[in-house]
Amino acid sequence: MAAPSKQKTRWHIVVFLAPAVLVYTAVMIYPLFNTLRLSLYSEIDQERIWVGLQNFRTLFGDAIWSEQFWNALANNGWFFLIHMLVQNPIGIALAAILSSPRLRFSAFYRSAIFIPTILSFVIVGFAWKLILSPIWGIAPGMLDAIGLKFLYQPWLGKEEYALTTLSLVSVWQYVGIPMMLIYAALLSIPDEILEAGECDGITGMAAFWKIKLPLILPSIGIISVLTFVANFNAFDLIYAAQGALAGPDFSTDILGTFMYRTFFGFQLQLGDPHMGSTIASAMFGIILIGVCIYLFGIQRRLRNYQF
Amino acid sequence: MTQTRRIPGTAIAAHAVLITYTIIALFPVFVILINSFKTRRAIFRDPLGLPTEETFSLIGYQTVFKQGDFFLYFQNSMIVTVVSLTLILLFGAMAAFALAEYRFKGNTLMGLYLALGIMIPIRIGTVAILEMMVSTGLVNTLVALILVYTAQGLPLAVFILSEFMKGVSDDLKNAGRIDGLSEYKIFFRLVLPLVRPAMATVAVFNMIPIWNDLWFPLILAPAEEVKTLTLGSQVFIGQFVTDWNAVLSALSMAILPVMVLYVIFSRQLIRGITSGAVK
Repeated sequence: MAAPSKQKTRWHIVVFLAPAVLVYTAVMIYPLFNTLRLSLYSEIDQERIWVGLQNFRTLFGDAIWSEQFWNALANNGWFFLIHMLVQNPIGIALAAILSSPRLRFSAFYRSAIFIPTILSFVIVGFAWKLILSPIWGIAPGMLDAIGLKFLYQPWLGKEEYALTTLSLVSVWQYVGIPMMLIYAALLSIPDEILEAGECDGITGMAAFWKIKLPLILPSIGIISVLTFVANFNAFDLIYAAQGALAGPDFSTDILGTFMYRTFFGFQLQLGDPHMGSTIASAMFGIILIGVCIYLFGIQRRLRNYQF
Repeated sequence: MTQTRRIPGTAIAAHAVLITYTIIALFPVFVILINSFKTRRAIFRDPLGLPTEETFSLIGYQTVFKQGDFFLYFQNSMIVTVVSLTLILLFGAMAAFALAEYRFKGNTLMGLYLALGIMIPIRIGTVAILEMMVSTGLVNTLVALILVYTAQGLPLAVFILSEFMKGVSDDLKNAGRIDGLSEYKIFFRLVLPLVRPAMATVAVFNMIPIWNDLWFPLILAPAEEVKTLTLGSQVFIGQFVTDWNAVLSALSMAILPVMVLYVIFSRQLIRGITSGAVK
């Protein structure tokens, strides 16, 4: 471990660290804090002036802004909730089935189910847009085939369904990640524990609920926090499928698209980097709260169950 | 499939569930691909049918090649991805080696500092990144994208690689030192070859998000000559919304390179995820 020479500056350490630290600091950390700083400024007559927390007051207090912000936040919350309630249970179920011993073709299923995850949001967004489109008629046609045509709606075009539909598309795309992580966690459970359970008569479903599930809770915790960060930072899918306006009537607007619109402007509204930074700071705060809840609240408690 | 003799019912149910989900996962890709080879009329009349002799058509692909500069986009994506990955691996491995190998003041602190970026998405800093790129004249260059992706990939790379480097035997390195190798030679000649599997994992983890990113190309490099494939297909499809042949062909062409990468690297990717590197 330790290098012997202690007296002189060991330049090689500096050389090894410098490139990574420089790029990381200059392109990631500095802009991050600079964005937080910019949220405290505003532009008046083409001059940047300090306004303190005024931008935040506008964002939360001004009716025009706050209505959009809370709408985006609520949509984002719903987006996250659907991921937690649909993506993770499906992922866990698939992993549990895949990890059963003596299952044939499990490598094939694993690779195939992971394919949507590697596709870009642009492909996924447009592909589903086409499939769900009433013009093309794949979705209504398929519902017709099983006699459920009356259920068909232009889901992406209706305010009350659009966000849920897009959340489910995102779930479809990302189910592979919880599946893989849980699968890895399930494989790492020592056989002795399962055998001990078998001796006590705990097999099949009971073994899953009583032995495996408590042991994979830490992985479920990690997946939850990864999902949280990814969801509150999402943008691409909504942008690819519904555009920057996150239609219909902002019903699919989430924090990422809201920030993009504010920062770059759209149609008649001019872009405003300072309000953009303010929204980015709010997103930063939300993500930080989520990560802290995980690190200090959930992860500690979960550790107790590990061996 | 009757291999699991004890409980064939369970095995059949398991396969039924997995087959169903595999179909759900692959169906959209399949529909896009088959329809991209059909005439416009066949696309609408029989969207689920395979292209036959009379419905086969390459008109969509012809439009794509005539109107969009997909080779340029592909080349841009290639350059950005390959250069970013190289830098992530080189810089990440160097920093990871320093953290894993030497004891110095601030080692732990430096490790924590570099690990911050694992949880905090770089997108939060977009406003300031754009300002910086504008003031340094890097806007609309591939360099801007490469810098951003390198910074984005470094935290996880350092984290994973330093875990691996701690496992490299000290005896080997000390033998090198006794033979008079410099610390640089020890790193490049002895340690790097030994952590190659971990480097592959890091590369595969970073490759797909970089290739698929839409946000930074849209913001930092939207000009025609530096568009990446993801942004290029997004813009192209946006312009040709009503030309279904072109849209389907463009989608298929965007799917193709990622699928090729996935087929080549899927084993590495899956092994990387399942070996718990993400923790």
